Amino acid sequence: MLNIKCPHCGMRSQNEFSYGGDATIKRPELNKEVSDQDWDNFVYNRKSLRGKHKELWQHISGCRQWIKVERDTATHEIFKTVKAHEDI
Amino acid sequence: MTQNYRLDNIGLINRDKKLSFKFNGKNYFGYEGDTLASALLANGVHLIGRSFKYHRPRGFFGAGVDEPYAIVQLYRNNETEPNVKTTEQELFEGLEATSVNCWPSVNFDIGAINNFLKIFLPAGFYYKTFMWPKSFWYKVYEPIIRKAAGLGVASIKHDKERYEHKYEYCDLLIAGSGPSGLASAYAAAKNGARVILAEDKPRFGGTLLTSEVNIGNQTGKEWAENIISELKEMPNVIVKNRSQVFGYYDHNMLVMSEKLSDHLPKTKEYHPKQRLWYIRAKEVLISSGSIERPLVFGNNDTPGVMLSSAAKEYLKVYGVLVGKKPLIFTNNDSGYETAIEFKKNGVEPIILDTRKEPNSEIIEEAKNLGIQIKFSYVVVAAKGYKKVKSAEVAKISDDKNELGILENITCDCICVSGFWTPTIHLASQSGNKTKFDKDIDAFVPGVSKQSETTLGAANGTFTLAETLKDSFNAGYELSKKITKNDNKILHPTVVEKNKTTHDKFWCVPLPKGKNYKRFLDFQNDVAVSDIEIALKEGYRSIEHVKRYTTLGMATDQGKTSNLNGLQLVSNIENKIVPEVGHTTFRPPYTPVTIGAIVGREVGKHSRPTRKSPLHSWHEKNNAVFVDAGVWLRPRYYKIGKETLFEGSKREAKNVRANVGVCDVTTLGKIDIKGPDAAELLNRVYTNAWLKLPVGKARYGVMLREDGIVMDDGTTTRISENHYHMTTTTAQAANVLSHIEYYLQLVWPELNVNVVSTTEQWAGAAIAGPKSRNLLQKLFPNIDASTEGLPFMGYMEADLFGVHARIFRISFSGELAYEVNVESDNGNFMWEKIMEVGQEFKIQPYGTEALSTLRIEMGHIAGSELDGRTIPYDNSLEGLVSKKKDFIGKRSLDRKAFIAEDRQKVVGVVPIDKKTSIPEGSHLVKDAMAPIPNPKLGYISASCWSVEYDNPFSLAILKDGKNMIGQKLFAMSPLKNKTIPVEIVSSHYVDPKGERVRS
Ligand SMILES: [Zn+2]
Repeated sequence: MLNIKCPHCGMRSQNEFSYGGDATIKRPELNKEVSDQDWDNFVYNRKSLRGKHKELWQHISGCRQWIKVERDTATHEIFKTVKAHEDI
Repeated sequence: MTQNYRLDNIGLINRDKKLSFKFNGKNYFGYEGDTLASALLANGVHLIGRSFKYHRPRGFFGAGVDEPYAIVQLYRNNETEPNVKTTEQELFEGLEATSVNCWPSVNFDIGAINNFLKIFLPAGFYYKTFMWPKSFWYKVYEPIIRKAAGLGVASIKHDKERYEHKYEYCDLLIAGSGPSGLASAYAAAKNGARVILAEDKPRFGGTLLTSEVNIGNQTGKEWAENIISELKEMPNVIVKNRSQVFGYYDHNMLVMSEKLSDHLPKTKEYHPKQRLWYIRAKEVLISSGSIERPLVFGNNDTPGVMLSSAAKEYLKVYGVLVGKKPLIFTNNDSGYETAIEFKKNGVEPIILDTRKEPNSEIIEEAKNLGIQIKFSYVVVAAKGYKKVKSAEVAKISDDKNELGILENITCDCICVSGFWTPTIHLASQSGNKTKFDKDIDAFVPGVSKQSETTLGAANGTFTLAETLKDSFNAGYELSKKITKNDNKILHPTVVEKNKTTHDKFWCVPLPKGKNYKRFLDFQNDVAVSDIEIALKEGYRSIEHVKRYTTLGMATDQGKTSNLNGLQLVSNIENKIVPEVGHTTFRPPYTPVTIGAIVGREVGKHSRPTRKSPLHSWHEKNNAVFVDAGVWLRPRYYKIGKETLFEGSKREAKNVRANVGVCDVTTLGKIDIKGPDAAELLNRVYTNAWLKLPVGKARYGVMLREDGIVMDDGTTTRISENHYHMTTTTAQAANVLSHIEYYLQLVWPELNVNVVSTTEQWAGAAIAGPKSRNLLQKLFPNIDASTEGLPFMGYMEADLFGVHARIFRISFSGELAYEVNVESDNGNFMWEKIMEVGQEFKIQPYGTEALSTLRIEMGHIAGSELDGRTIPYDNSLEGLVSKKKDFIGKRSLDRKAFIAEDRQKVVGVVPIDKKTSIPEGSHLVKDAMAPIPNPKLGYISASCWSVEYDNPFSLAILKDGKNMIGQKLFAMSPLKNKTIPVEIVSSHYVDPKGERVRS
């Protein structure tokens, strides 16, 4: 079980969080033309990385904030966690 | 019965307390403090079971966690447990055990015939023999193999025992209470660290209980006892025996199983049998010791052949002689310690040492005691079938290739020592890349991966002085890092006998003309010849060799066999062991009861049960409950002997004819506030929200980004910047997370706050033609007319002194209202509704009637919003705005979603108007078409229409919009039904929706 440092609450166990996928995906802006390819990339296409991965977690049983986590998908080492609006 | 092998004056057992027990139906006794193994050995019982593959007789090999053979079926308090290690099971009064894996009895075993069929069951036997013909596998081979193989039998009864989980945090977790564990725990605890010290055995002290050493002015055992009693008194220390740290997981999370009651005849009332500890440690000290390696020779699996350290432990801890004519076969000094203990207790041992001229203090001592020692000697084979009767021995040449003339030595046990293997499992599990230490022929931990430090024998350090020095230092340094304290303990002086180097020789060659089986893995019957076959057949990777031969794959996970297996592969391949590499160590280190892993989360406790504030009223009024997600909801209110069908029909009819009331508290509710609340709703829902006036509700549908419907519900504008959203019961949590995601990450510029208010409001739906009359009576001061409170209108009012919210919304398709009050007032509201409603023939209705009402109205719900449908499929395309953008909109023009023959919800009626259509049935054109019969659609929900008094279903059907009037078949192979049906409109009742607006 991972130990994740919520930037709002501090070190908490993984079972307080839920996983939210790739943190680098940007939603296309509303009311703008989006090509099929760009939309597919946004909705479906994800890399299955081995190594450093920037990802979203929500502190669902805590402060309910979405946070960004940089984690090694092979070793589970966590390098950094930041608040939702911060860059990682 | 006397215990012929029990000594009078040695051991740590309590001779004042006799315990009787049964093994294979026969009565024996032992003492408090015995294990089942020591008690059996005290009674001279060496035959304990049969081996897995050849059904050869099996005895005891070890004295603890490493035991490969001596496992039994245990009976305790009317329960049974398979594969219990006798070496770990403590004796209790009335214990019963039977052998496993032998039929019809341990003494006469039919399966042993396998042993004489030489060609039978070599490496890969199962793969080679049972592959063809393919069709034979399930019907013939597998059942036979399953019957012949397998160890104990699992109980099929519900486990009544209680298992607990516990979370704990500490500065230092120390696994193992031998010298290194005690010293590091003591040093760290004295320096103010929060310490957990875990010992898997009942007694603390590890090897200090059996070695002849002095620490300071105390014996090793006294020192251990004093340290433990001091630790137990310290408030910053948790000391646990019978507790095995079995897994080292990510981020320094370790899991330990504590056996609280396995040693008692019966678990005390309200006490757990076992407790699983999840421990998050800042630092981990692994002091798990080492396990003695076997020497490999002919028939080395015969009962009576055992590890020399085990023989010593039986003697010193339990006062039990494993034999009266012991032969010690060793390649190092450890065997001498065992021999000396035998000698001191009046038994004459003979030592065979593979080494030529070793010299050390301990060898001197053995010589001075007059023990017979034969150097450059090996055991070639054990003789005897069910018990060692003698040993075939021979002198061995200096190059260890040539055996001299075979001689015979009479003996009743052979105690072997092939040097020591550090227990590196936990370090390896943490991610530590272990390294091979040539001096000890074993792997030791390398560079720490997580915050783990390995100490003592587990780290390949085999002298007590060095172990204590390292451990005191580690405990002090690590605690200092955490506590910043600086209280250092003085290291005590150590007196121990020095030892000399071991012999790297461990596998005795076969004498000419003999074909003895030399076993590596004692539980899975893997012999030297099996590894040789596997290598000859081209297997190279140690992971493949392991799986092909099953070496190390038994319940002991190769604790005594892995390293010898590696040595053998490396010898044959002419490689060094580190090149061969070892197989991966995975948790758990020892078997863990599934019950302990599951903990209290069983049956009803596997998830929380949520109850509405009206629950007790429902109970009092004969509600039959149903699980709705985590909620318990009334399915129907039973009158007399009514069935579900009868009761729900009565309730639904009463809604259509008079008025009914339904508990809708479980609906998800989200409070939305802020100046951008309308904009948020406009982006989340598919329809337009910017112009919803205050005091009005609107129905909305929300999508996922892939265009699939996520949820539906109504949202009401309470005031200018304040909305009340409802979600389905099932999706409440997901919808909240979904909205939080967009607010926090995608559109942080929106000034909106959301919070769940599901628990804050109790809700009652009042539905039926008489609901307006009822509402007016409940709220005499409001204008309940359709002008005063129109369809989708909202108002706040006073319910006999209680603040209430009134929504004119309908799920049943009838004229209906939902009344919400604060949860604490829920019961008051409900009772008032029932009381005032008497005059209008009110009846409560449950989820079954609710479903009936919505299905025949063609209102979609969870069974249609199943994660596969888009708005069009649910006939909700009218709610999809063409003008504005919203979540998931871009996906709706995907090719499949706009196909001409896209699936759509339809109504389905059986032609005979009698046969109910099972939910999940497939709709097909031709019932007789060959399989796979092309599927056109599926039944999503079924009911008995109370309006027309015949069955009615909803279905998601391909090209649904053009299928009305078609005749198809509903097929349910599960229920073995084929029903001719007609496709009709999904709006079966009141298709124009006049009732809700009336
Ligand atoms: Zn938090």
